[in-house]
Amino acid sequence: MKLARAILPPAWATLIALGVASALIIAVGGAPLAVYRLLVAGTWGNGYGIGQVLFKTTPLIFTGLAVSLALRAGLFNIGAEGQLTVGAFATALVGAHAAPLPAVVAVPLALVAGAAGGALVGAIAGALKAWRGAHEVINTIMLNFIVRAVMVGLGAHFFEREQIHTTPIAASAQLPRLSNWIAQLHGSAANAALFFAIAVAIGAWWLVERTRTGFRLRAVGASADAAATSGISVPRVQLFALALSGAVAGLVGANFVLGYKHYYEDGFSGGIGYIGIAVAVLGGARPLGVVLAALLFGTLSQGALAVNAVVPKEIVDVLTAVIIFSVAAAAPAVRRRIALASIAEAARA
Amino acid sequence: MIATLFASLFTAGFAAAVIRITVPYALAALGGTLSERSGVINIALEGLLLIGAFTATLGAYFGHSAMAGVIGGVAGGAAFGALYALLVVTLRGDQIVCGVALNLLADGLTRFLMKATFDSSSNSPRIDAWGDVGTRLIVLTVALVALFHVVVYKTPFGLRLRAVGEHPEAAASLGVRPARIRWVALVVAGGLAGLGGAWLAADQRQFVAGMSNGRGYIALAAMIFGAWRPVRAAAACLLCGLAEALQIALQAAGVGVPGWAVQMLPYVLTMITLAGFIGRSHAPRALGRLDRS
Repeated sequence: MKLARAILPPAWATLIALGVASALIIAVGGAPLAVYRLLVAGTWGNGYGIGQVLFKTTPLIFTGLAVSLALRAGLFNIGAEGQLTVGAFATALVGAHAAPLPAVVAVPLALVAGAAGGALVGAIAGALKAWRGAHEVINTIMLNFIVRAVMVGLGAHFFEREQIHTTPIAASAQLPRLSNWIAQLHGSAANAALFFAIAVAIGAWWLVERTRTGFRLRAVGASADAAATSGISVPRVQLFALALSGAVAGLVGANFVLGYKHYYEDGFSGGIGYIGIAVAVLGGARPLGVVLAALLFGTLSQGALAVNAVVPKEIVDVLTAVIIFSVAAAAPAVRRRIALASIAEAARA
Repeated sequence: MIATLFASLFTAGFAAAVIRITVPYALAALGGTLSERSGVINIALEGLLLIGAFTATLGAYFGHSAMAGVIGGVAGGAAFGALYALLVVTLRGDQIVCGVALNLLADGLTRFLMKATFDSSSNSPRIDAWGDVGTRLIVLTVALVALFHVVVYKTPFGLRLRAVGEHPEAAASLGVRPARIRWVALVVAGGLAGLGGAWLAADQRQFVAGMSNGRGYIALAAMIFGAWRPVRAAAACLLCGLAEALQIALQAAGVGVPGWAVQMLPYVLTMITLAGFIGRSHAPRALGRLDRS
């Protein structure tokens, strides 16, 4: 039953999404199978493609985990986009001043700055939720736009002359490319941030499932009233959850800033904060699910470029949206059906 | 410098700029008010505006008239409103998740269809069929705000709408069907936001990918700032329009108020309002809750 609950919605969603995508491809005069073959060939079909998929998967693991952690506490963090922007910016600023430091200090320091930046933005929504009861969905959306505006102001001070990026970071703060070790990935931007993302996923699992803090988080997510009755401070857990969520989103800079471009660039995100919501929903807000879902969306994101010559690459956005719809709409239906089945089972026993 | 600035604020041009900015906000905020009053959070306003702008462009382009454009915008918005209703009312999908997905769908689908129709995923050709439909749309917007004030507060439908948004179980026990009221509210909300999109398309005389550019979220903010009431929400939109037009005027006059500070103002105000620091703004009680009936 547990397995069915985990597998059915994503499987269902993928089928529906493939159906819609096929219809759209036929509508513009393409052949669905040929497009899918092209998509696979351009992603998992060669070393460069695989590397690029991994590169695009990495930030989605962070944002997917960020949204998931808040979800486990019953909170919706739509603000990963703003949080990761501030985080990556902080990572770049610290990285740029890290020249005298050895890598073992510079890299963690830059990442801590990123987490702190993201946590700060998350904590604003968290504090307003915890003590003023203000809806975190609206506040995180508002914060996304506030961050966007503030970055225009900050950019005027911190960007290089006539550029839309910051000063490059010191060599000691850079993360190595995976192609240094695996020659086949040559040319792709995949870097060591991938391992860090997976480590954070394992850490998130451990925190949520194996610690007292995680238990409180889940208790508040399951029922805030029941948690409060049993002595858990709901406001504190809510503040913690959104700050933690923001911190994880703020780590995104590891991939783009430390591992790829080596500076913060205006608009580098391209909406990965929002795709993080899709990742979390498809992954069932569980770390393993998030990593797998991130891999799927990373593949689609890279695959979009591979099919662009035949069908407009935006088909991938449509595909993503349909997957989210289907999971969101199928989840309650599946839940109901499984609940009915288990009642029937209990009755038989 | 200050004198020229002041002089520029009391011109017809400035008033026109304020109204130009306000109209799409007001229409989307009106749609948001309706759907949230029925208990359904509408993050999808942004996508509804965008879809409306696109279908309006298609209407005006293939129908060779502004009328066809306006109808196209309203119909496209309403169709997406119906999709949203199907997902969150009938299938009981999560409102936030589906709203976010609808925005993503609107962005992707419009670019995809742009490429298929006009062979460019970013810009449609210039459409002259729009003519000077703007003035009539302004009058229509004012009329719609007044109309929905009456609908929400003075009609049996409005009473049911508010009842469903506050306490769906109680409403259901009196024979009101929450699902049906919410369907109507969401489809009408989609149509209103679609009309807002038609305004954007008519104003720029073409469709540009992503042209809603966060306006749906400003409308959402204005709706909250306006305490989920049609007239107050429209007034909040006017305030946003005024602030934006002022910012443009300030920039043109070379006065040193940074644009980004003015830009974030509506969002900061919304957060302050939501936190209950100024005035009171109560959300409909059943907002976002899954309908069990």
